[in-house]
Amino acid sequence: MDKDKVKQIVLDIIAEIAPDEDLNDVKSDVRLRDQLDLDSMDFLDIVMELRKQHGIDVPEPEYRELESLDSCANYLLPKFEAGAAA
Amino acid sequence: MNQLPRIVLTGIGLTCPLGNDLPTYREALLAGKSGVSLFPVRNMGEQPAGVCDFDQKKYQKRKEIRVGTRAGSIAIYCANEAIAHANLDLEKVDPSRIGIYLGITEHGNVETETEVCQLFDHYDEDIKYWTHHHNPRTVANNPAGEITVNLGLTGPHYTIGAACAAGNAGIIQGVQQLRLGECDFALAGGVSESIRAYGIFAGFKSQGALASHEDPTRASRPFDKGRNGIVVSEGGCIYVLERLDDALQRDANIIAEVAGYRINSDGTDYVLPNPVRQEECMRQALSNANMQPEDIDLVSTHATSTPQGDEQECKAIRNLFGESIGTKVNNTKSFIGHSMGAAGAIELAGNIPSFEDGMVHATLNVDEIDPTCALPGLVTGQAIKKEGGVSVILNNSFGMLGINSVLILKKFEA
Repeated sequence: MDKDKVKQIVLDIIAEIAPDEDLNDVKSDVRLRDQLDLDSMDFLDIVMELRKQHGIDVPEPEYRELESLDSCANYLLPKFEAGAAA
Repeated sequence: MNQLPRIVLTGIGLTCPLGNDLPTYREALLAGKSGVSLFPVRNMGEQPAGVCDFDQKKYQKRKEIRVGTRAGSIAIYCANEAIAHANLDLEKVDPSRIGIYLGITEHGNVETETEVCQLFDHYDEDIKYWTHHHNPRTVANNPAGEITVNLGLTGPHYTIGAACAAGNAGIIQGVQQLRLGECDFALAGGVSESIRAYGIFAGFKSQGALASHEDPTRASRPFDKGRNGIVVSEGGCIYVLERLDDALQRDANIIAEVAGYRINSDGTDYVLPNPVRQEECMRQALSNANMQPEDIDLVSTHATSTPQGDEQECKAIRNLFGESIGTKVNNTKSFIGHSMGAAGAIELAGNIPSFEDGMVHATLNVDEIDPTCALPGLVTGQAIKKEGGVSVILNNSFGMLGINSVLILKKFEA
């Protein structure tokens, strides 16, 4: 697992949640909400899919860690690694 | 009644197991074609059901479809189709003057059942996997509310819970709100997504009221000796209603006029119908329309293909229309099954072209008439051309807890 793979996992989830969006040119360092039509309910969907598909829990105070692909990668990578080691 | 504004129909949008527009649906009805097929139902295998195949993406983004409900999609499709049919340009209409009134038998069963099943099947009943979409999907106004979100409408919207009398009840609500001046256009009718909840099928089965037949197209057979229950269907039908003066002013195409209506209650049982109150409801609707039984050219029956329900409705019709030799009687559930909260609205729609073509579609699958259901005017076998044409239709829709609704529609004459 590396950061690029985490970013792809997040993008795959967004593709399910926002199927009308073009995800070919998502910038890693820009807030997802600033470049895609995502609302707060969509972020709850991302949290739910991380939980359902990958067993990763994101506590509510840490939702802001998901604001861009870069921040997602930084925040989620240790969780994925911890999950893989378990 | 005479002092109240006259209300007319100026648009129809529908989806049902026989088509996604009125001409297609009507053609199938006249051709005697069934819309019932086998449909996989959780825990129950394949069951005869009426399934719709409208293009959800015609009026919704994929995300809207994912977040919303099937009933919402049906409602959105029907509303958009009705608005187009009425030639209404939403850019030129005050969105706060459009009201939405949709009849539903139930809403929320499908979403709740799906979520509970997923939780049990995959997540060990851990509620942290329960979706945050659950409440907006299951609030009772959901299908009507989804229309407002889809179209940016800002007038009143709500659903009318009236069991299987709801299709008529939605239209009646629209008529009343127009007469009160609460809106200038009413999007009114009924919707149902019920085939997607196994609990609905299982409930009818436990009640001994679920249809079974080796050939699904022959499972819904009102008035036939061999009938054994209901075929559950999905669908929707929404009308654009307007006050006559407004419709004339905008040079709308007027399809028909609401002549009268009535909703009453049996006050007797949770499930069993009451022919005395059904007859009373039809009689009061006639009175409301200032008509006599002889004025009715066609009775569109509610009959659902249950042994007892059909017999009771026929008793009520026989009492009221026994002397009215010109009145024809038919049934649409024999073609498409029982689309629950949408049934009244869909069944009425299928008969409306009679005003133009003078044809009365038949009742399908009556191989051997049950003598208790024998009505002189009952049309079986093939569609007929009615002598003198069709100018007035009486549409029955009845539901559990003893709710009866009757709507009388007449051909428009200025």
